[in-house]
Amino acid sequence: MIRPDAPVLLEIRDLTARVEDQPILKGVSLTIRAGEIHAVMGRNGSGKSTLSKVLAGHPAYTVTGGTVLYKGEDLLSLEPELRARAGLFLGFQYPVEIPGVSNLEFLRVATNARRAGKGQEELDTFAFEDLVRERLQVVQMDPAFLERSVNEGFSGGEKKRNEILQMALLDPLVAVLDETDSGLDIDALRIVAGGVNHLAGPDNATLLITHYQRLLDVITPDYVHVMAAGRILRTGGKELALELEERGYDWVDAELAATERTPAEVG
Amino acid sequence: MASSATVGDLVSQPYKYGFVTDIETEKIAKGLSEDVVRLISAKKCEPAFLLDFRLRSFRQWLQMEEPDWASLGHPPIDYQEIIYYAAPKQQEKKASLDEVDPKLLETFEKLGIPLSEQKRLSNVAVDAVFDSVSIATTYREKLAEHGVIFCSISEAVKDHADLIEKYLGTVVPGNDNYFAALNSAVFSDGSFVFIPKGVACPMELSTYFRINSGDTGQFERTLIVAEEGASVSYLEGCTAPMFDTNQLHAAVVELVALDDASIKYSTVQNWYAGDENGKGGIYNFVTKRGQCRGDRSHISWTQVETGSAITWKYPSCVLQGADSVGEFYSVALTNNRQQADTGTKMIHVGPRTRSTIVSKGISAGHSSNSYRGLVQLGPKAVGARNYSQCDSMLIGDQAAANTYPYIRSQQPEALIEHEASTCRISADQLFYLQSRGIAFEEAVSMMVSGFCRDVFNQLPMEFAAEADKLLALKLEGSVG
Repeated sequence: MIRPDAPVLLEIRDLTARVEDQPILKGVSLTIRAGEIHAVMGRNGSGKSTLSKVLAGHPAYTVTGGTVLYKGEDLLSLEPELRARAGLFLGFQYPVEIPGVSNLEFLRVATNARRAGKGQEELDTFAFEDLVRERLQVVQMDPAFLERSVNEGFSGGEKKRNEILQMALLDPLVAVLDETDSGLDIDALRIVAGGVNHLAGPDNATLLITHYQRLLDVITPDYVHVMAAGRILRTGGKELALELEERGYDWVDAELAATERTPAEVG
Repeated sequence: MASSATVGDLVSQPYKYGFVTDIETEKIAKGLSEDVVRLISAKKCEPAFLLDFRLRSFRQWLQMEEPDWASLGHPPIDYQEIIYYAAPKQQEKKASLDEVDPKLLETFEKLGIPLSEQKRLSNVAVDAVFDSVSIATTYREKLAEHGVIFCSISEAVKDHADLIEKYLGTVVPGNDNYFAALNSAVFSDGSFVFIPKGVACPMELSTYFRINSGDTGQFERTLIVAEEGASVSYLEGCTAPMFDTNQLHAAVVELVALDDASIKYSTVQNWYAGDENGKGGIYNFVTKRGQCRGDRSHISWTQVETGSAITWKYPSCVLQGADSVGEFYSVALTNNRQQADTGTKMIHVGPRTRSTIVSKGISAGHSSNSYRGLVQLGPKAVGARNYSQCDSMLIGDQAAANTYPYIRSQQPEALIEHEASTCRISADQLFYLQSRGIAFEEAVSMMVSGFCRDVFNQLPMEFAAEADKLLALKLEGSVG
């Protein structure tokens, strides 16, 4: 939902970042307002996953330039846990397994950390159980998954549902979903996308990072950005994704080659 | 799970038990000789059999060599530089707590072990040992109503000499090993527990050991006897002040379980570990052994080892009675320059005996952490079974973890299982937890307690949460 007067939640300006000595982001700019759904598309290696990790504060990535404002304040100086408590959420492409840590306990500690960030009081074990059982329905997840260790032995689809369950509990203002569709069969994709649609509202925003159109068939973006070689090459509406689907990424390469020959002409 | 605030509070503190109590102490001159052994025995007015036991052990000790097979390194210990007896100056052990030096009560209160009637733990009887002597034992009358004896071993020697003579040294003989022989010669105090036939001890029993003097060795001796059908759960805790020098701690613990008896022995060991460069700390050389003497008897060791510069400790079970059961659950955490070589021995003698070993080693900093275990099945141990699980967790890239499992079986049909794993807390796991709003230290603590859960579940409830916090505290600044 595009409302030009909606407050800006995330403002990325000329962001550059490297991993080890390898520059990955080479000047990304993006503005996200409340109520909007953005999709960033691009080939593997274009930098789109790096963008999500940098926003969440992964220690392996070093920001070398640019700014990110979150609700008007500097995001990059915050520790990852403070970004999360302030309402930034990253849905991981490959959620890690954490043996020995109970999923239920993890969800409760995370939820209470976020609630503290919103100035709400902590939920006790019973209140939290009620909440989590209600939110499980968003992703049609079996309560048995609460009793297991975090993501341990979960299938790819179950891990992704667990991510969206976390999103449902943490009530983020900006949710960055990194390749949430990868590794999902069509039914799981529908459930996960249903969860995302259910959670999207006028006061929050979603940034989908995806390779394929098929996610965008079930979640309709307001903006589509095409990323290549660490930059956003083009921005358009949802029809840009369809164009990509039809023409493939080859034209992106051609366009990229053109910009690299004449960088001065890039607007 | 502790809230982030309490874990934060904890990790910001260094070793919080490192204070010294300023109290007048009676010490004998340093050094070890037959005269010193006689002097200790005389101070305690011991009967002849005990002096004989001490002297025999001492003479054997003189013939023995310090063991060097463990994965441990330390400068040679000068046994003549140690004081073998130190006691806070007070007359005879007090009948009532009101007469105990308030400084001592205050010390234990500071350690979280209040002894006074009003403040003492509601469901745990405590024997408090300060340097070489026991200063107070709570709930003695209540226990006596059930026929349970819980007192210092010095008092037991006076009041229950027959039981001491019958059982002392029958599980760990005076010449068992170098450190046990030393202990048998010079042991000063410790706890004695006797649970008569058919009695389930009505409360947890606990001994708290405090080393206070900087130049004193601590050599306590604990003996627990559970008669037919009796059961008891016992917990041992320990702390010491911070000194630049190393103190020697060489304890012996003996457990005897008769037919259908059950003894659960838990330890939370938090001796001073030395500073981050390995200066100071306790040398902890301990012999702990339980004998399942009776049929269907059950002995379970649970240990959480977090302190000491050096830990050399193998709580063991001799499974003599038919169908007897031995268990060993261990968490050993080393950080900075700490070294631990710890594990267990399960000696299967009787038929259909069963043993379980669950060992969790966590190594951080520049520390070294070894599991060493023996599973032995003798010729009569028909149908015996063992299950062992040894997991190591590495934190950082400078720490070492070793596993030395020994299996000797004279039972071709026996079922012996051994599982081992090594893992590392990965940056991606930590980031995942952080990205959900969980602070770094709390994330580490969550993962470590998850790793240790199988062992913590075995601890008495009152202490499981403490163990969790203790680990968080010990890991301060070790990740990242």
